[in-house]
Parts: sequence; structure tokens; C-alpha cells
Amino acid sequence: MTINTEMPVHVAAITKVADSVKRFRLERVDGGVMPVFSGGAHVVVAMQDGKLLRHNPYSLMSRPGDTSAFEISVLRVESSRGGSHFLHDKISVGDTLTVSQPINLFPFDHRGRKHLFFAGGIGITPFIAMMAQMAQEGRNFELHYAMRTRSHGAYWQELAERYGPSRVKIYCDVENLFIPVDEILARQPLGTHMYVCGPAGMIDAVLGKGKALGWPRQNLHFERFLAPPTGKPFEAVLQRSGKTITVGEHQSMLEAIEAAGVDAPYLCRGGACGQCETNIVSCTGELLHNDIYLEPADKASGKKIMICVSRLKGETITLDI
Amino acid sequence: MLVQGIKSRPVYTGFAIDENAQRHLFALEGEGARALLDQVKKVGKEFLAVSEILHVGEAHGKELAALGADILWSAPTTPVLLNRLRQNLINARMGTRLYLSGTEGFIGQAMKVALEQGIDFGSIVTEHRGSEARRVQCVHCKGITDNVTTQPFTCSHCGLTLLVRDHYSRRLAAFQGVCIDAEEPGSAPPPEVRFP
Repeated sequence: MTINTEMPVHVAAITKVADSVKRFRLERVDGGVMPVFSGGAHVVVAMQDGKLLRHNPYSLMSRPGDTSAFEISVLRVESSRGGSHFLHDKISVGDTLTVSQPINLFPFDHRGRKHLFFAGGIGITPFIAMMAQMAQEGRNFELHYAMRTRSHGAYWQELAERYGPSRVKIYCDVENLFIPVDEILARQPLGTHMYVCGPAGMIDAVLGKGKALGWPRQNLHFERFLAPPTGKPFEAVLQRSGKTITVGEHQSMLEAIEAAGVDAPYLCRGGACGQCETNIVSCTGELLHNDIYLEPADKASGKKIMICVSRLKGETITLDI
Repeated sequence: MLVQGIKSRPVYTGFAIDENAQRHLFALEGEGARALLDQVKKVGKEFLAVSEILHVGEAHGKELAALGADILWSAPTTPVLLNRLRQNLINARMGTRLYLSGTEGFIGQAMKVALEQGIDFGSIVTEHRGSEARRVQCVHCKGITDNVTTQPFTCSHCGLTLLVRDHYSRRLAAFQGVCIDAEEPGSAPPPEVRFP
């Protein structure tokens, strides 16, 4: 059972904003208003790519109060499973897509005295909406934005102009400018919250430094969208639905279940939210847990799996679904 | 008479020194000093070099002074300690860990000061020491009474007979007291000492 009410949208504009990054403006097909959202929210975009129905999460980067359209920015990932290629190469203005209601798994803490953002590359997108909301609410924030080259980085000029050089700091790998995370974390007033979005290595490094410098876990926030890893095909028995399906090499269990016409719960499709937690009846083989939601004890128990990103290395898994 | 399992009832998990903290700030009331003294016995004195202790109460002053912490400051009264704590938190940096110990009323009031500075209550380390007396708000007249030991108790402001509930407000730093004999005034049972 999905809790989303999906909305058909058409692509009103496509703008190239940096090397390999395009912005898509999505307006409702029925001309209605978009729901308001809060900074940090994302939508799941459903794309009919030939016979394949793709579902990818993208952060909303338009202004949270703007109900005329949603805007997302998409990086064309070379090693992706195809969602970003499809949007970059096959979608043009006027085409139709479907988006979910906005979901926020990366909200900012309204009690914080100050908010510190660390963005890596395309990880800037949730912060664009957060900063728009915070600027309007008069909150204290600071952005540290790292990119490979200035032409790879999206929106840094606009953000620097809008919020000024004291609130927006740019770091470029090729210029040998790196975020001095330790120094920044050491000088923040008590009550500061820190948010990081970017490549996995950056997220781990920043969170690790926060912890090492005595930042409480309540003040450390991150968003990590995981694309479902690929692997050898295996069989899944859906016990309650009475179906047996094959999960393909480039398919997640959730996608295979949906393709078989079974409505499974999901929200983020990235191993973060916990919505698609599914009980395992039995399995032959090794469980490959790729999510960041289940506790280590749950993973070790072999009783639960997040079907959006995790797989089986083996023959058959029987799910209570 | 007390409804069990009310979620807002605070839980004090006890002191444990955060090894990663760059600075430790202790606010201790009365017997709360022992929570720190016990930690020193357990993990040694090293963390005291980057510790500041704010203390109120007659007892244990000498033992705290003997610790040789970076800063020790004794307040004459709790409100004075809370003022100093507020100023301290305004100027503190991330990496400072806050520890509170004493009666529930003290921990609650100190935590209220910390919450007003944007600190998450989950990140504050607490240990309950000393009396079980409660700080209670009368939900009818909104008057707050400190050190309530009996159940029921007579509101010191409006005189109603109140049932002290486990229902707790972090914003007010007080348990909620509700009139126990509204239908039949005077029918309340005699007060018993329940929070010694």
C-alpha cells in the first residue's frame, strides 16, 4: 500500500545549470497548485522508460512556498542505473512525468540557534530550499559548498550573490580549496545544528569529525540517497500475494514486486526512511543489507529487510508481503 | 492514584563523561555534587582540566574544591546559578557537554534554561540526586510551587487540593497538579508524603 497520492506533471522548462546538471520545472497537468513543502523535502519521480517504470527520489529546490511548480536538479551520473540518463537524454519540454507528494526526511531543527550546511556537488539541492525558507524566517545559517570545478558546481554564483560571502563559502577541488571542517566545527555557538549532503565519503568524514569534536548526535543531520545496488538475479516468493517473481540484475526487489502488480509500501526508495521494512519468512543465501535504517541487530537477525535497496546473494527469499 | 506510564515523565539516565567533549559544564545542586564526585572515582580526574562546575548548596563544597577543576563557582541560591548558567551557555561553543544533577526541580529548571538556548534535551546528561520533591504547576491558577512532597497537596497560590500527576512540562519545568475534589469540595483524602 503506497501512501502517496501521485500527481501527473508536465515538464515546463529544462535549464542546463552546470556541467552534467539540468534543472527541470514541473507543473501540474490539471493546472492545479502544487502542495507547499518544507525545506529539505524530496519527491519521487516516476518515469516510464520504455517497458520499465522507474522511481527516483529528487530533492525539491524551488522555494518551499511556491505552489506554481516544483523544481528539481538532476546530475547525469555515468554509472547510474539509468534514471538520470533518462531525464537528461530522453525528456524534453512538454513531456509528462508523475511525481509523489513531497516527503521530508531531512528537515531542519527549528530549535537550533544556528544552522551549518555542508554540501558536496549535487548535494546542494536540499539546502537551496532550506536556505530560502531560513532567509524568510530570519534564521542564522552558513553554507560550505564543495565542488570539483566551478563549472561542475550548480548554483554557487546565485547563492553567493543572494546570501553574501559571509554566509556562502565555496571550495573547489582543482583549486586545492577544501572545507576546513575541523576549524568550522570548533567555532560554532552551542545550539548549532549541522547538516551534510553529498558523496558518501564526505558524509562519513563530516559526521565523524562532528562526533570526534563532541557534537551530540542530536545535532548531526545527513541525507544520503542510495541507488539500489545491482547483483545476480534471485527468486522472491511473495507469500501473502501468492506470487513468485524473479528479481533481475539491475532491478531492486521493490521494483520487481511493483512490476508483478503488487503494491508494496515505500517512501524514499533509498534505504533511509524505513517505510518498506519487510519481514522475511525464510531465505536460502546471504542477505545483502544496503540500507542505513535497520539497526545492526535487526540486520543480523535475518528477519527483516528493506526491499528498496537490499538484495539476496543466493537462490530464494520468501517475504511476508 | 498516580497514572502510570505517562510518556512526559522525565527519565534521568545518570552521568557518563562524554570522552569526545572539548569542554564539560556541570550544574550541580545539593546532593547532585555526589554525581560528579562518583564519576571522578570511576573514570579519573583528567576531564576536570576542561571542566567548569557551577554549584549551589551547603554540603560538598570542600570536596568539589579539592577536585581542582578548571573553574568552580558556588552560587548563593538556585536563581543566581541559573543566571550564570544562561550566560555561560550563550557564550559556549559546540563541543561543550552539559551535565545536570540535583533534585528534579533543579534539573528541570536548568534544562529549561538550556532549551531556551536551542540545546536538544536529549543531548543533556542528567542524574537525579537528593530529595524526590517535585516542582508542580497548578493547572487552574498556573501558580508554580517548588518542593512539593505530599499527595494530594494544597496549591500555595489558590488553595485548591491538587493531585500531582506524572504529566510533565519541559517548557515550564513542572509536573501538573489537577484539582482532585472538584465535584465534591472537601472530599479529598488526607495528604500523605509521597515525594520524600
